[in-house]
Amino acid sequence: MITTEVKERVQIPLAPETLSPERVAYLEGLVSQARTAAAVFTQFSQEDVDHIVKAMVLAGQENAPLLARLAVEETHLGVMEDKIIKNMVACEFVYNYTKGKRTVGVIREMPEKNLLEIAEPIGVLFSLTPITNPTSTVLFKCIVAVKTRNAVIFSPHPKAWRCCAEAVKIMYETAVKHGAPEGVFTCIESSTLQDNAYVMKHKDVGLIDATGGPGVVKAAYSSGKPALGVGAGNTPVYLEKSADLGPAVVDIIISKTFDNGTICASEQTVVIDDEIYDQTLKKFAELGAHICNEEETKTLGRTVIDPQTGFMQPMAVGQKASDIARFVGLSVKPGTKLLIAPIQGVGREHPLSVEKLFPVLAVYRAKSVNEALRVCVDVNHAGGLGHTAVIFSRNEEVIRKFGEVINAGRIIVNSPGSIGALGAVYNDLVPTFSFGCGTGGGNSTTDNVNIYHYLNIKRLARRTQNHMWFRVPNQIYFNMNAVENLGQFPSRCTIIVTNAPLEQIGHVDIVRRHICPKTHIHVLVIPDAEPEASVIQQGVEALNFYKADQIIALGGGSIIDAAKIMKLRYESPEADLEYLAAPFLDLRKRVVEYPTEKTNHARLVAIPTTSGTGSEVTPFAVLSDKASGRKITLADYSLSPDVAIVDPQFVMSMPKGLTADTGIDCITHALEAGVSNYASSYTDSNAMQAIRLAFKYLPIAYENPKDEEARCMMHNAACIAAMAFSNASVGVNHALAHAFGARFHVPHGRANALMLPHVIAYNAAVPTKFMPSPYTQGYIAHKKYATMADLLGLGGTTVEEKVQNLINAVEQLLDRLAFPRSIAELGITRQEFEKAVPELTEIAFADPSWRSNPRMPLLTELAELFWKAYEGRPKH
Amino acid sequence: MVLEIDNRKIASSLESAKSKINAKNEDTVLDFCSIERLDAAGLRALEDLAAAAEQKSVKLSLRGTNVAVYKVLKLTKLTRRFSFVD
Repeated sequence: MITTEVKERVQIPLAPETLSPERVAYLEGLVSQARTAAAVFTQFSQEDVDHIVKAMVLAGQENAPLLARLAVEETHLGVMEDKIIKNMVACEFVYNYTKGKRTVGVIREMPEKNLLEIAEPIGVLFSLTPITNPTSTVLFKCIVAVKTRNAVIFSPHPKAWRCCAEAVKIMYETAVKHGAPEGVFTCIESSTLQDNAYVMKHKDVGLIDATGGPGVVKAAYSSGKPALGVGAGNTPVYLEKSADLGPAVVDIIISKTFDNGTICASEQTVVIDDEIYDQTLKKFAELGAHICNEEETKTLGRTVIDPQTGFMQPMAVGQKASDIARFVGLSVKPGTKLLIAPIQGVGREHPLSVEKLFPVLAVYRAKSVNEALRVCVDVNHAGGLGHTAVIFSRNEEVIRKFGEVINAGRIIVNSPGSIGALGAVYNDLVPTFSFGCGTGGGNSTTDNVNIYHYLNIKRLARRTQNHMWFRVPNQIYFNMNAVENLGQFPSRCTIIVTNAPLEQIGHVDIVRRHICPKTHIHVLVIPDAEPEASVIQQGVEALNFYKADQIIALGGGSIIDAAKIMKLRYESPEADLEYLAAPFLDLRKRVVEYPTEKTNHARLVAIPTTSGTGSEVTPFAVLSDKASGRKITLADYSLSPDVAIVDPQFVMSMPKGLTADTGIDCITHALEAGVSNYASSYTDSNAMQAIRLAFKYLPIAYENPKDEEARCMMHNAACIAAMAFSNASVGVNHALAHAFGARFHVPHGRANALMLPHVIAYNAAVPTKFMPSPYTQGYIAHKKYATMADLLGLGGTTVEEKVQNLINAVEQLLDRLAFPRSIAELGITRQEFEKAVPELTEIAFADPSWRSNPRMPLLTELAELFWKAYEGRPKH
Repeated sequence: MVLEIDNRKIASSLESAKSKINAKNEDTVLDFCSIERLDAAGLRALEDLAAAAEQKSVKLSLRGTNVAVYKVLKLTKLTRRFSFVD
């Protein structure tokens, strides 16, 4: 009676050399037929396949009893009534899941992401089906294959061939009758391991879907083909003390006796809390289970588990509990449903702790939750990794803990494991007859295998218009005497951060006069240089000491930068400046986050005393670390001052050199923001206006420092340009100037000036390497330079002429501002420069400024630009 | 020689084309403009036709093949046996 062999554990050889030419021709014919069917199938619409699927499902349901009977007769495994249910589930529940789901053409639209998913059939599938669930697996796979427009070559388990072939025939005839391509399903006759190996390796087979034992699965994955291999399990069950015991025991019996335990997701070892252990076994016994004593457990372990391999004996698979009891010599009551064997541990010395595809259930008494979870993990690792686990509990914390520690694709809660894992009956899992076991089970998925595993899903990704931004301080006051606006900002205590010369010439007094009355004011005088950590610390201490609620930064870029960093550290003392300065490519995607929780709050009012850096509106700040010789650049909109007061009275006394240096910095900001890959209409309007103002008023302010209009317009131009580059960034000119200026101690504006004409020419030329940019359409830098030339009225008819005229205008302006024409003019020898260029090039390349440049610079090009700046521009 | 293939009876049209090729022995254009879908019988007939043409050294072209049908020919590795014209 109990003679069935389970061959699934036999490894399929991957060398099919022993096949005869006739057999090869036969197999080639099957593959060719399937290939043609799959090709023809590609022309079918969703409506076509849905029509066929519905007919197949109805035919499968109609023939469910017949196929169940054939399966039991042929395999001698399981329970016919249960197999009918399995066949019905494979048809009805799978249909219900697939109904209405798109599997042809566009299957999913995600307009918010500009993505479309389009289905592409796999083509020819080679499907191995098991002895334990033979016809239900065939029905399931046929339905899923047609739904996804694939052809299938079936290789059923040899001991279940006839019933499977009948299932394939019923599905095939129905499918073809309703329009499916000829040859859509075939079934290898008298398949051998060599046949399987040949087809698995066939070039026209797109996917192997192997449902069965580890041997079959391993062979599928070893074939070199994409494979879905789903195999053995060893389901641990934790019956926790808070569980509703009565229903739990019934669920376990339903599951473990369903089809005589042949579903690999069925319960194998139930770990029961000590408090409910005796009561649980009593309930099992009351409902028809036999509780084995110690001797019976030993006998059972010796007989139903192979002592050599440690695996279950094939003879027991799918047999009734009473038959197994009789075979091993146990005396049980008639009609016994289940044999329950108490075990004391997991492993080879506890043979019944492994997978048992028959109604024998191991139980373990656990003294604590921790011990119970530990034993469940042991069972899970004793052949059940990735498969299925079950918990009965009303303690949400324990349920979640179980979910975390157990490695199983399906963790079934308060319901039967086997039927629960099949999906759609007790829960909303996808209905399946193939359980993915993930890498733990040597599988490629933990999913319940379904229609989406039978499809290649193509993604059609349209270009997205990324969101952009334009962020500036929400209050900017400008023109002469704008400082009067300070009076509208109430403050209990204000710290004015400034430098000594500005205090000496009376600027601090002007500011002090306009601060709200009754405000306690403290002046913090710091060096007029890029701030160092010690200076920042000094400022933060003062802010803390006075509990300041307002900071007024009065000075050039360095002073304002210092105030920004002081505010950051004052408001968020834990802020790690080194960490916050981590490099990034896209502000929206950067890894570090600036602090949002604040210990203190202070308004930052920036009053620039130079017309160039624009620090009063920018989100940048530079800190100098003298110890390491490095600069720490911080960039975040939270650094932007709250209020900017752009009052030209504070620049009327700027020396000529400083006017020129800062003025050309302003022009560089505007030019670079104008051609930046991050430029937008918002930044363009600012960049263009800044260019117009600066070209007109910078020479006047330089030559007539007391010209109020020119000073005012240049001051505004600097702020407007800064609004542009705060949002569009700068470019390669700044990268070069940063490296060169730092190395040869040349003021930033002057360093920019030396590079500027060469960079315009460089950016206007066809790039050696285009910069990837989702923000721009095509290469437009040269056209934007031409637009700037038009704005300045420089003439020219072609883009090339206009670009050249812009370069000429920049050079003429630089001459008028008495800038050196070359680096050589600064007294830097050729040898000295030659020595420095490699390092300068590397530093410039590492500078983040050029990331938004319209042309991606190569290292050699950066070196070339340095040399052009060294040689200098022609005389106009 | 240009032969129109009838969408309603593809296999028989192709068999008829095969007879004509065997009789006339000249390069042939099969007009596929009306063909919306190919089934397995059509594919078999097309394959037979290709074999007959190759035996006679006759060049076979398919005119106006829609891309879905072209993909079927590609998947069944038949495209290499024809040239395609629009």
